[in-house]
Amino acid sequence: MGSRPPVLEMTGIRKVFPGVTALDDVDFRLLPGEVHALMGENGAGKSTLIKVLTGVYGTDGGEIRLGDTSVLFGSPLQAQQAGISTVYQEVNLCTNLSVAENIFIGREPRSLGRIRWAEMRRRAVELLARLDLTLDVSAPLSTYSLAIQQMVAIARAIDIDAKVLILDEPTSSLDASEVAQLFAVMRRLKDAGVAILFVSHFLDQVYEVADRMTVLRNGRLIGEYRTADLPQMQLVARMIGKDLEALEELESQPRSSARELERGPLIAKAVGLGRAGGIAPFDMEIHAGEVVGLAGLLGSGRTEMARLFFGADRADTGHLEIDGKPLVLRSPRTAMAHGIGFSSENRRTEGVVAELSVRENIILALQAARGWTRPIARRRQDELVDKYVKALNIRPADPDMPVRNLSGGNQQKVLLARWLITEPRLLIIDEPTRGIDVGAKAEIQRIVAELADGGTAVLFVSAELDEVLRLSHKIEVLRDRRLVEELDNTDDVDADRVMRTIAGGVAS
Amino acid sequence: MNFVRHRLFWPAAILVALLASNIFFSSGFFSITVHDGHLYGSIIDILRRSAPLILVGIGMTLVIATGGIDLSVGSVMAISGALACLLIGDLDNQNSVIGVLLACAAGIVLSLVLGIWNGTLVASIGIQPIIATLILMVAGRGIAQLITDGQILNVTSAPYKVIGAGYTIALPVSVLIAAGMVAIAVVLTRRTALGLLIEAVGGSPTASRLAGIQARRLTIMVYVFSAICAGIAGLIYSSNVSSADSNAAGNLIELDAILAVVIGGTRLTGGRFSLAGTVLGAVLIETLNVTTVSIGIPVETTLLFKAIVVIVLCLVQSAAFRAKVLRRPSRVGASA
Repeated sequence: MGSRPPVLEMTGIRKVFPGVTALDDVDFRLLPGEVHALMGENGAGKSTLIKVLTGVYGTDGGEIRLGDTSVLFGSPLQAQQAGISTVYQEVNLCTNLSVAENIFIGREPRSLGRIRWAEMRRRAVELLARLDLTLDVSAPLSTYSLAIQQMVAIARAIDIDAKVLILDEPTSSLDASEVAQLFAVMRRLKDAGVAILFVSHFLDQVYEVADRMTVLRNGRLIGEYRTADLPQMQLVARMIGKDLEALEELESQPRSSARELERGPLIAKAVGLGRAGGIAPFDMEIHAGEVVGLAGLLGSGRTEMARLFFGADRADTGHLEIDGKPLVLRSPRTAMAHGIGFSSENRRTEGVVAELSVRENIILALQAARGWTRPIARRRQDELVDKYVKALNIRPADPDMPVRNLSGGNQQKVLLARWLITEPRLLIIDEPTRGIDVGAKAEIQRIVAELADGGTAVLFVSAELDEVLRLSHKIEVLRDRRLVEELDNTDDVDADRVMRTIAGGVAS
Repeated sequence: MNFVRHRLFWPAAILVALLASNIFFSSGFFSITVHDGHLYGSIIDILRRSAPLILVGIGMTLVIATGGIDLSVGSVMAISGALACLLIGDLDNQNSVIGVLLACAAGIVLSLVLGIWNGTLVASIGIQPIIATLILMVAGRGIAQLITDGQILNVTSAPYKVIGAGYTIALPVSVLIAAGMVAIAVVLTRRTALGLLIEAVGGSPTASRLAGIQARRLTIMVYVFSAICAGIAGLIYSSNVSSADSNAAGNLIELDAILAVVIGGTRLTGGRFSLAGTVLGAVLIETLNVTTVSIGIPVETTLLFKAIVVIVLCLVQSAAFRAKVLRRPSRVGASA
């Protein structure tokens, strides 16, 4: 493999943003017919490198060679025309249009200006067949699952005669079988000679599918490795750049378990709480100092359940009891007045306000609770913000930077800080570790554990079972929008046990 | 070079250029004379004429910052002026200061009610702001005509005339009123947490709700504030001409106000806002109006001239455009 000339070669790439060197002398090679993983923590420069490659950004130095020619794309369209196709993390297709229209949008087969619909549909069917998919191509894209939508995006990308296919976090919203389907497609394309650049936070997936990998850290090239030559722990060590400390800390964090817990007073109790189409009525108790984990597949009702505890959605059956008193949650404000905080799984749309500064984002909930007439004095703001920027290790530690300039993991910490300064008695955290790097993940898990030790009740939602198992005292297992079992996290409860419950085959 | 990067550098530069261009056509443009203890001159005149637009503009700024828009400001101006003139016309003594103040208060209170109407439609019923305020924009002229019975109401009240055309402490009263409202708006938004909460709601309504911000109440507040500003602007306008003309008062001012907001660097999508920017934008627009006259642009091409200046301004303000044109293009075309 090493002898073949690279289809794409980037050398000495530099990219400078005001105040930050995002890429510093980075080399990157992509061979034909390989899956190449681009690895690094949030903010390591992965996205920037992809954007430079696809013409979203210009460069401040370095050369990009595609085949034998030196290129510098002025726009994503030019990159696409030269054979570099990109499928982004958030599927950016028009879900209201049909599958065929989505594949051919902007380059429909035409005669005399008229679109040849029949041909378009036929070609769409052929193209999807190459990915082993049979779909009704005239149906709106919205009728298919996210995984299928992702495949359609890939179909669109490869039809544009792609020599290079870039997949940026394609698996972040897919479940296991969908991931397997995607990987099958990737292998097929690889065999057809397409060079695939793959970005993912899931190390297992990278090891399953990638042939080689390039590791970036802080905008610098750390190295290029064959996947087979680099054990997973070594990879992580290179990504985070510390010794394996952070990782070992993560691995060795004492597991919370039901026996260690001295249950504090009952904080919240759901009595037949439910919402049609969201989550079937359920009962649940959360005590002070307890971490309750919600486990279940994507779409099993985890998020819906969590939102009912905060009044983010209104329950249409049952009620909540806070400190033994029944309470109807009409809005998040009511919940906040009773000491409940909620950090949404959609960091970008429901969490941070992107254009506001770190400081403003952190004080937002506290300020909202106080009302507009009682502003938090600037000195007090600075105290609070400084304290939490330090405690949560938010980087860059500049309170006046717009939060949109922060990486995903740091935005998540800003959100946690927002709720921590309100000193909640019950904190609901939905998917705090999704799409963030190992170091930040360890820090967030540590914070959750500390919160519970300090007497806060935590409702913790995560797609990662390991995380739920490690942190929770009690695990609520959901399946098909129903609470199916409540497990005290004792020593005999393991991932396997929970998986079986999720899958439906509960062994007694 | 740091000031070049400032958000308001380009509008300020255009304003200075416009003002400077006047000197070639009227040599006394920058001279300010003192007459009877009052300041006179073209600059003072521009400020005086800007007052209604500044008022409407700062209200519009807050509305736009929440992600909304208020098209009804012109109609609210007409209604407030009409009610005030009607009440003054009914006074036994039109020169009664208390009577005039009460009439003005009535106009402002009615504006406040209209603001609650707009805010309720938007925040509680959930109608899109552009549609919700379009209702009052259209119907409001009708309401104003109902108040004036379809006539142009003339008043001969010296105290009323003071609001729009009078002077106190050497400056036009209307300018002082506008300055006062700007000060109130700045204090309200920046000395309390109101500005932050408004920017949060405009920046991300969903995130704001989940942070516990009462977006509904805030939204109603900004529409009320906008309507009150428009009501005061209506009083200034009608006082200046000593009459209530339901059709002419505030005609198309919503467009100038939106333009002033945009020139001032507040995005129409909501979020971060700048009251100082809006004031600058409003003064710039009035300067442009005065300039077209003073440099002798033929009447039939006035609108074209204004359009060109506005286009140039918008282009120059766009960082992307400046990068493309003013610097040498740094990107090279791709492969063959």
